[in-house]
Amino acid sequence: MLTYTIRRFLLALLTIWAISVLAFAIIQLPPGDYVTAYIAQLASSGVDVTPEFAENLRQQYGLDSPIWVQYLKWMEQISRGNFGRSLEWRAPVLDMIGDRLWLTMAVSVSAVLFTWGLALPIGIYSAVRQYSIADYIFTFIGFIGLAVPSFLLALILLYLGFRYFDANIGGLFSPEYQLADWSLGKVWDLIKHLPLPAIILGMAGTAQLIRIMRANLLDELRKPYVITARAKGMSEFRLILKYPVRAALNPFVSTLGYLFPFIISGSIIVALVLSLPTIGPLLLRSLVAQDIFLAGTIVLFLGIMTVFGTFISDILLMWVDPRIRFERRE
Amino acid sequence: MAGGMLCRPYNRPVKGEMYAMNCAPILSVNNLKTYFFTDEGAVRAVDGASFAVHPGKTLGIVGESGCGKSVTALSILRIVDDPGRIVEGEIMFRRADGGEPVDLAKLDAKGGEIRAIRGGEIALVFQEPMTSFSPHYTIGNQIVETIQLHQDVGKAEARTRTIELLRMVGIPRPERRIDEYPFELSGGLRQRVMIAMALSCNPRILIADEPTTALDVTTQAQILDLLREIQERTQMSVIIITHDMGVIAEMADDVIVMYLGRVVESGPVDEIFHRPQHPYTQALLRSIPSIFAEPRTKLPTIAGSIPHPHNRPAGCPFHPRCADFMPGKCDRHEPQLRPVSASQMASCFLYHEPAEAPQQS
Amino acid sequence: MTQAKPPVKRSAFDSQFDPAPSTTAAEERVSVATQWQLMWWRFRKHRLAMISGIVIAAFYLVAIGADFLAYADPHKTEAFRSLIAPQPIHFFDEGRFSPHVFGLVGKRDPRTFKRVYEPDPEQKIPLRLFAEGYEYKFLGLFKTNRHLIGVDGGLAEEAIFLLGTDQLGRDLWSRMMIACRLSLTIGLAGVTLSLVLGVLLGGISGLYGGAIDTLIQRVIEILRSIPTIPLWMGLAAAMPRDWGVVQVYFAITVILSLIGWTDLARVVRGRFLALREEDFVLAAELAGVSQMRIILRHMVPSFLSHIIAATTLALPNMIISETALSFLGLGLRPPAVSWGVLLQDAQNIQTVAISPWLLSAALPVIVVILAFNFLGDGLRDAADPYG
Ligand SMILES: Nc1ncnc2c1ncn2[C@@H]1O[C@H](COP(=O)(O)OP(=O)(O)OP(=O)(O)O)[C@@H](O)[C@H]1O
Ligand code: SF4
Ligand SMILES: [Mg+2]
Repeated sequence: MLTYTIRRFLLALLTIWAISVLAFAIIQLPPGDYVTAYIAQLASSGVDVTPEFAENLRQQYGLDSPIWVQYLKWMEQISRGNFGRSLEWRAPVLDMIGDRLWLTMAVSVSAVLFTWGLALPIGIYSAVRQYSIADYIFTFIGFIGLAVPSFLLALILLYLGFRYFDANIGGLFSPEYQLADWSLGKVWDLIKHLPLPAIILGMAGTAQLIRIMRANLLDELRKPYVITARAKGMSEFRLILKYPVRAALNPFVSTLGYLFPFIISGSIIVALVLSLPTIGPLLLRSLVAQDIFLAGTIVLFLGIMTVFGTFISDILLMWVDPRIRFERRE
Repeated sequence: MAGGMLCRPYNRPVKGEMYAMNCAPILSVNNLKTYFFTDEGAVRAVDGASFAVHPGKTLGIVGESGCGKSVTALSILRIVDDPGRIVEGEIMFRRADGGEPVDLAKLDAKGGEIRAIRGGEIALVFQEPMTSFSPHYTIGNQIVETIQLHQDVGKAEARTRTIELLRMVGIPRPERRIDEYPFELSGGLRQRVMIAMALSCNPRILIADEPTTALDVTTQAQILDLLREIQERTQMSVIIITHDMGVIAEMADDVIVMYLGRVVESGPVDEIFHRPQHPYTQALLRSIPSIFAEPRTKLPTIAGSIPHPHNRPAGCPFHPRCADFMPGKCDRHEPQLRPVSASQMASCFLYHEPAEAPQQS
Repeated sequence: MTQAKPPVKRSAFDSQFDPAPSTTAAEERVSVATQWQLMWWRFRKHRLAMISGIVIAAFYLVAIGADFLAYADPHKTEAFRSLIAPQPIHFFDEGRFSPHVFGLVGKRDPRTFKRVYEPDPEQKIPLRLFAEGYEYKFLGLFKTNRHLIGVDGGLAEEAIFLLGTDQLGRDLWSRMMIACRLSLTIGLAGVTLSLVLGVLLGGISGLYGGAIDTLIQRVIEILRSIPTIPLWMGLAAAMPRDWGVVQVYFAITVILSLIGWTDLARVVRGRFLALREEDFVLAAELAGVSQMRIILRHMVPSFLSHIIAATTLALPNMIISETALSFLGLGLRPPAVSWGVLLQDAQNIQTVAISPWLLSAALPVIVVILAFNFLGDGLRDAADPYG
């Protein structure tokens, strides 16, 4: 059990490292470098830049040293908590990201909760009442949920809200709280605004999990241990929850590892459509503007968030499946 | 146990002797029909089976694979899965409180009464110790749960009783084993645990559906010994389901032979072995290898194969394979289970004449 | 009850029953059928998957004949035709079959001073089949200017607006036809590249096992726990702005396959592991057949069907991803036309609220993804009824 945890943890560290390399590559990939972008920016605002100034800047940022040295420098700065400055906003990257990171997390976690909360009971119901009318309806809705990409769903809902309810359903806060400092009222306002993005983000995942849950449970319901439990005289409801559902939960929990990256990914683009004050719109802007340190840091943070989520789901899986706990995986 | 009390405790060596004694059966199944309504048509898994189980005795059910033995057991407990349904017949069971027998076939399959009987008064042991336990809970958890379902005891007490039970069925170091998961036990141990679970609420009938089929020969013998020993101690009735005539010879007092969902012959074990009446039983017995047979001779087999459940033959279901087939009679009329001697019954026109007019088709 | 039983020890008499050598004609047919025939028979039973297959085939036909189905030059902009609402075709004129559309008259809204178009029922412009329009190369073979529909004389784009126009006055219907090409093929290209990578790496992983397997498995795990959209966005943003349509197209393909191959590699590896244990492979090995030959002659055919199913299921993800990237302005960019590019116009909700037809490119996206999912499901069930 301990070795399993440690192995997973090491893998998580490895993944974070790989992501840091990728993030760095993204910073490096565009033609030119930070200074070129900076100078272009200065030039466009009418400031004349001398070649010496540029050279100075390059040295200052270590841009004239080999790539791997630059990577190590970046890592070293990060380990000291210095993520660089945003070129476009002329502010420390961390200040830019701050709240937005937490809000991204809030949206993603509520989407995961929504997905689970809905997929689990519906999946169970669909399996236990296989081929009932409700089963067909859920299956159908599930397919639609799978086929409509989340950003399109957001777009369509936004349009419908606008058209028929004359309401802007985007955003995470009511206007009066938008710029206000954090308070209990603001938190409550946030909670009121979370469900819609959570539903939009969770839709595809929910559809998929319902199918997984239903298929797994149908398999489990045919297993002899269900008959054993029935022969004990247990009530059907308790029996199903205690035995087959518990067994079907395993593959279900293991999907969380993929659900989380999936939802965070989706949240970026849905946030753009719904104009949520999360990290998505900022990432897009920073990428388009080649605001490299901001972009790299965001990719790194998103990566770390997903790896963390995946790690937690692995631990959860171990808790659910005694066979993994005993490291006798078949 | 009013009915059961009348009967003298039964001792093994006098197998079959008590058959004629008139003591009320604890369970009697009459004309049970359980069909599966599949897309391709109705499968008559059990098609008019009748038999009785007497207090303290062992009934053996034997027959080829697919003849409806397991479905019969599941029908008694009312846990036949969709699309299966009991379409006819009664299952009279004398409950422990000594009242009038209840017809299990008429009870609500999900209701409280049948659930009190399931696991409480009638317990089931399965063929597959491998998959009959959930791998997600310890064996202790699964036994304690059974005890608490039927008896008003606390967790601690149920646990003590579980350890007791495990010791009784011969599990070494039960206080440690109780917290292990099923996949940590060997097949033989797991079957012992299964028996312990079945015994946990002192059932009055234990149904063992091929309890030893999945085990090796040595373990098989141990498990059968264990079952017999427990039965002697607790005086419960046992229904043992098997393909294996050897198991029947060793365990049963009475035997019913099933073919295509019907009982074709029934009687005390000695009669069945020494004076089989039905041609099918005779064929079954001939196909057991005998130590007295000439070496390297081919074993006699029963000609033909079991018909597909969807197209069962008209008339006597056994007639396409029967050596004594009488054209015009056996393929036109259905034989009934009738007494053929003081203690034996058979369903064959060698022993009675058709009663009704010929069947159509 | 269809419980899978472990190898049950047969009792003495059990094995003595002779199975009768009676096979019906149907059984005979099954026993000689090849694996592909069996798969086809099982697949045919999935009504939904069959229909989906037809729908997908139809979409690809549209992609091939896009120019013919379009009636207006998809790239021709015209400021004063901006955001014209879709117009229905009227099939009957005073009880006579005579398909036509109403002419549009431009007015100025007295309140907003915006130019709006209104249909004028007095002006009936008759539709013609195989009408002349802009010139294009049919199937890249010969030049023609015939289109499925058009109007007599004059230009079709001044008369018909089946799905309305975008902000720059381009006809949406025609653009949507052309968009099928990029949207449907970029998925194919991405999947092909993923397939090559997936089969190669998955095969190596499953075949050799050991350290290589572990390494590849770790790489897959790492790649799969990286949030894809930010990664894609970063890579896509790094594409030089001056790249042409073709370069961008291939870059996007590569970006999409970067993660896409992992799924396929898993399927291939799993199959390899399962097959390695199977008797016929062992038999071939014992018979001294060379390893390459075993792989090509015995193993590949037996999991090809699985791979086809997995590929079909991977395709819709590629299409969604391309649409998403293009929607963000990081994928294909004008003058390329794809569904995602078309949807870019719908980014602003104010515009959409006034001109909802800009959302119409969402429909083919949804239909195609749904169809691919059904088809993939059907294929998977047919390939492996137990898995
Ligand atoms: N769920 C089901 N659906 C359809 N038919 C079923 C179902 N369960 C059992 N049957 C049919 O009922 C018949 C009897 O099955 P049963 O399991 O009782 O046989 P059995 O005598 O116990 O055989 P075995 O010795 O193999 O255990 C079989 O022909 C089987 O096909
Ligand atoms: S009734 Fe006829 S066919 Fe059936 S067992 Fe008796 S003799 Fe054979
Ligand atoms: Mg059985």
